[in-house]
Amino acid sequence: MAPPGVITSDGLAADLCCFPTLEQYVALVKSFRDDGFEMCVDLCGVDYLDHFDRWLPQGVEGSRFEIVVNLLSLSKKERVRLRVQAGDDAPEVDSLFALYPGTEAMEREAFDLFGILFTNHPDLTRILMPEEWEGHPLRKDYGAGRVPVQFKESPGPR
Amino acid sequence: MSDPNVRAADRLGLLTAETSEGAQELQRRAATNVDELSREVGSVLRLDGLTLDPTSIDFDRRDDETMIINMGPAHPSTHGVLRLMLELDGEFVLRTKPIIGYLHTGMEKTGEELSYVQGGTNVTRMDYLSPVINELCYSMAVEKLLDIQIPDRAVWIRMLMSELNRMSSHLVWMATNGMDLGASSMMIYGLRERELILAFFEKTAGLRLNLNYVRPGGVAADLPDGWQDDVLVICDTIYARTFEYDELLTGQPIFRNRMIGVAPLAAEEALALGVTGPLLRSTGVAWDLRRAMPYLAYDQVEFDVIVGTYGDNFDRYAIRLNEIRESIRIVRQCIEKMPSGDYRSQDPKVTPPPRARIGESMEALIHHFKLFTEGFQVPPGEVYSAVESPRGELGCYIVSDGTAKPYRLHVRAPSFVNLQAVSLLMRGGSMSDAITVISTIDPVLGEVDR
Amino acid sequence: MALEDLQHNFLTGPLEDIVRWARRASVWPASFGLACCAIEMMATGGADFDIARYGMEVFRNSPRQADLMIVAGRVSQKMAPVLRQVYDQMMEPKWVISMGVCASTGGLFNNYAIVQGVDQIVPVDVYAPGCPPSPETLMHAILTLHEQIRTGEILKRRHEGRPVHLDGTSELWTPEVPVAVRVGTPK
Repeated sequence: MAPPGVITSDGLAADLCCFPTLEQYVALVKSFRDDGFEMCVDLCGVDYLDHFDRWLPQGVEGSRFEIVVNLLSLSKKERVRLRVQAGDDAPEVDSLFALYPGTEAMEREAFDLFGILFTNHPDLTRILMPEEWEGHPLRKDYGAGRVPVQFKESPGPR
Repeated sequence: MSDPNVRAADRLGLLTAETSEGAQELQRRAATNVDELSREVGSVLRLDGLTLDPTSIDFDRRDDETMIINMGPAHPSTHGVLRLMLELDGEFVLRTKPIIGYLHTGMEKTGEELSYVQGGTNVTRMDYLSPVINELCYSMAVEKLLDIQIPDRAVWIRMLMSELNRMSSHLVWMATNGMDLGASSMMIYGLRERELILAFFEKTAGLRLNLNYVRPGGVAADLPDGWQDDVLVICDTIYARTFEYDELLTGQPIFRNRMIGVAPLAAEEALALGVTGPLLRSTGVAWDLRRAMPYLAYDQVEFDVIVGTYGDNFDRYAIRLNEIRESIRIVRQCIEKMPSGDYRSQDPKVTPPPRARIGESMEALIHHFKLFTEGFQVPPGEVYSAVESPRGELGCYIVSDGTAKPYRLHVRAPSFVNLQAVSLLMRGGSMSDAITVISTIDPVLGEVDR
Repeated sequence: MALEDLQHNFLTGPLEDIVRWARRASVWPASFGLACCAIEMMATGGADFDIARYGMEVFRNSPRQADLMIVAGRVSQKMAPVLRQVYDQMMEPKWVISMGVCASTGGLFNNYAIVQGVDQIVPVDVYAPGCPPSPETLMHAILTLHEQIRTGEILKRRHEGRPVHLDGTSELWTPEVPVAVRVGTPK
């Protein structure tokens, strides 16, 4: 089903799982779209800083950031997952906006929470965090921001 | 003296600067690039090789003749804290840009710190109108990673609770939709019917809303004695009342004039935007995950998938009203066909021992302790699992690294993706149509912002 | 009219009582529903847990016309300035009920995105715990607020700067509710 040159494997709860390189990415998505995958269901980022040695098939070199795209074919009732290795320090990936306009908000979210840049995206600004927020919260080196809970019975100003 | 690019409110020195979201807001046409301009006017289908000329968009309206206004986030009809910036020419909407994030809770980050048993409490608060379905999606994803089977009774209980939740979610939608259009008695009726369902939830799970009921391995507790009678009362009452709503709304001329033909959506545009749920079915595409890719026991019950024709507001209203009736049909079949057996998997990896054994056996005590403090380990892998929520395809993508907590939890929220259709649907309509458009898209900001 | 400006003698007593009665019998909430608690707030306004019996079914959309802000739901960092702006636009006398654990303390979400307690932004009069608080809990919180308005405890506190203690020695009447839904931590 996938064009030659792209590494594939079986995916859990997906009919196929592909591992395109950055250059093969958009062409592969276009070939899937022409093949009957009408909808891009989900696009998300993952930061593998603490789990760098996850399983990857032979020939795929893992990087810190990964983009996971799920495509759905309504006519064939199939799902395909694509996992693109986006890079370690300054991750940059092509945008799928020209193929699937519905990825606009999802790519903005991946930029906002992970710092992954998407070239040719119409409006790459933060979407969930406030405008002046610094940092990308879902990265593994960004703390959860927990506030220590004070003991209830302690004498305080309130 | 006065710079036309500075908004009037800022010139007066009001507090808008503190609540300004800068580049996330709708800018003047001259300050927006052409791709984003064409997105804001709602052009979705991209023709290959065609370059767009920015001056050709709304060329007959001068920049200083239009008005950019801000709606929300604290607004009665934005269904939560959705902020919409609209460019208006008089009463008619030209460009729209939704600004979200006012309810961003960091649930995906919190999900990485909670164990798999606790994860349900986090996920359930995303789409707070259909909490059972959120938990179901998460539990199914975890069970796929664990590769365990759950007993039949648990499957059917999950299906019963999901359909009851679908009914209560659509009833809230009908209530708020009526309220937005001015039919405030519909608000009272919808909430009144919903109380019957919530009373049953409270009897079964202990909570009315955000019930932590569906967990990996099954459900938290068995259905109470006499549940068949309770559920039959719910079905009969609500079924009869859906015909009262028909009398109140469906045939009523003012309602019809406000909904028929307003904001039509075409099937290609919907598919390109990734829209699912009643919004997609209103365009004529008969895609319902319960029928196309059945999960739980949906292939063993009979129900119809309701499909619209024109993709306008009235189709979306009719779909949701009839989905209440279809859910009642499924619930009746659940009452008849409910199998007996365990309500959760007896796999010791996932399920704690029965409470009585904890006093007798040391192993049972240790097992219980480990399950509730550390949690169960899930083998490494990644999975994307999707269910049909009242708003569309709700998906859960979990990456597991072999420990007791998810490495990455991502929820594909249907409202987040459906909200991208708002620019397209509002274009050319009036402000009052804009309100009904937001209402019929049915966004739940908890899952949009997560 | 500000009750603090009166001289609190035997002549103004009945007048103050009438003003306080009017204030507590016609509290109009501003609609500030954010998340799941907003749904329970709507359910309180529905037919089963009718809030109209207190004269409060009109959720005013304009903060200028509202007396009470029920912060129902989790307040994110992006929403905090908006919350403060709506509170500032309300006119005195105004009260705040923090509904739910997310509004009271940050609740389940102790992370970068949620303000850990809305009392860091606006002064809160009554805290209603629960996730979400059932409509009975919200009504108990509202009745507690009414009681504090009736006896003038709230205005005294703001004026003199001393805290309010809900202990057994005050003459505040609290409605008969089970222990599980009692509001406020016991001293």
